[in-house]
Amino acid sequence: MPKPVPVPTPETKPFWDGAAAGELRIQRCLDCGGPFFYPRTLCPNCGSEHVEWFTASGRATLYSYVINHRPARGFEDEGPYAIAVVQLAEGPRMMTNIVGVPATPQALVLDMPLKVAFERRGDMAIPVFAPDEEADEENS
Amino acid sequence: MTSGGVIIAGAAETDEVGRLPEHSTLHLHVEAARNAVRDAGLTMKDIDGIASVSAPGPTAVAHALGIYPDWIDGTGVGGTSFLLHVRHAAAAIRAGYAKTVLITHGESGRSRVGAPRWSLDLASPAGQFEAIYGTLGPTTTFTIPLLRYMKEYGLTQEQLAYVAVAQRQWAAKNPRAMFRDIITTADVLDSRMVAYPFHLLECCLVTDGGGALIVTSADRAGDFPKPPAHVIGTGEAAESPTISQMIDFTESRMFRQAGRKAFAEAGITTADVDHLMIYDAFAHVPIYGLEALGFVKKGEAGPFIADGNTEPGGRLPLNTNGGGLSYTHTGMYGMFAIQEGVRQIRGEAAAQLDNPEISVILGNGGMFATCGVLVLARQPR
Repeated sequence: MPKPVPVPTPETKPFWDGAAAGELRIQRCLDCGGPFFYPRTLCPNCGSEHVEWFTASGRATLYSYVINHRPARGFEDEGPYAIAVVQLAEGPRMMTNIVGVPATPQALVLDMPLKVAFERRGDMAIPVFAPDEEADEENS
Repeated sequence: MTSGGVIIAGAAETDEVGRLPEHSTLHLHVEAARNAVRDAGLTMKDIDGIASVSAPGPTAVAHALGIYPDWIDGTGVGGTSFLLHVRHAAAAIRAGYAKTVLITHGESGRSRVGAPRWSLDLASPAGQFEAIYGTLGPTTTFTIPLLRYMKEYGLTQEQLAYVAVAQRQWAAKNPRAMFRDIITTADVLDSRMVAYPFHLLECCLVTDGGGALIVTSADRAGDFPKPPAHVIGTGEAAESPTISQMIDFTESRMFRQAGRKAFAEAGITTADVDHLMIYDAFAHVPIYGLEALGFVKKGEAGPFIADGNTEPGGRLPLNTNGGGLSYTHTGMYGMFAIQEGVRQIRGEAAAQLDNPEISVILGNGGMFATCGVLVLARQPR
């Protein structure tokens, strides 16, 4: 059983096209300036229709997570895996998986710096996050 | 129009709750409705309004009961829906749209008899932006905020575990509760890890069952066999349909919003509350609820429960039926939280308190997505 593949809708297609191109694209409001995620046609802050897509930095920090011990379909081979919510450097939060690090409470420290990566699923690419070693070096 | 007061005149659950493989989803609604109508000393012919959730929905329930209603509410926002039904029924009764409203819940949560198949829409926001990461229902979504809370406020695993310990003490007094054996913090922490930081005993049950309510105007308070539960305050609020977009992982904005509405309408403060029900799908929800309703300050709810304040003999009896963690949890537990509030106000609960005047019920729908709050009282406001 493969992992689930998202089904884009018209308002989310630019996000998934961006992911396929290796970019994390989110939206911002041209009137109030606020970036936001998930994709919508109106700014959730001020209601403006003047919204645009831009490519986010891909940097984030670990906001919260669980380590799931009962795998969902497609995740049977993973062992316990982290389902996380990360805070993008631009502000919005998104759910993701954390890769490149053991799924243990010791390795997954809240607020640790992360960087986006993309996991191929069929024709789609899924944004996941891995520890950002460059940010670690900057901080040390 | 009426004087404005509204009561719960009838309240009952299905004959049994737990494992009911011989009961279809529809039959659970029907049995609960029959019991509530009897409890109020009425017949189906007296009912002119119906509220229920899918499946199977208010039209199907009404038709199965031979009711052709003048007023219908199909609000389906998860396990708190029934609290919203009470609020909406109160408004309808005040407006004269209906006189006697039946609210039903029935769910074959465990046995899945005549129940809808679980499906995942991978085009919805929750599908496109959450399910792809291997979420598996509430155990992997409702639970995600807690680690952030633990870091910010120092809640310990032992304090989280004690929520289940305290509620089991209430369940031990309730012959209908599915789990009744006293447990310790160690038992909880030794139970299987489901989704770190949550162990099995910190997650709700999955059961079959149902419940129903009869709501009518307070002008008729003397017309029924059981004492009325006056609905003196109500609130509802919505936040985010996906857990990742919850505004602040350390607090529930919607709990606070709906709670303030309900307390203001009732004209009460936390000091007036004798009995409290907080929908406990997982052990952290009572912690978020106690803080959002203002019973304790932020960060204090874990120690408050661990110090024994909410267990039998404590000063704020909480989830006195044993809750979703130990009593029953069909999937949409809110109906059972209301039922226990009514029983306490009437004086007929299994773990009956000493003449409680005011019971507050906080319901959650989805994963911190939708909230309802009811204030029930022995006397009109």
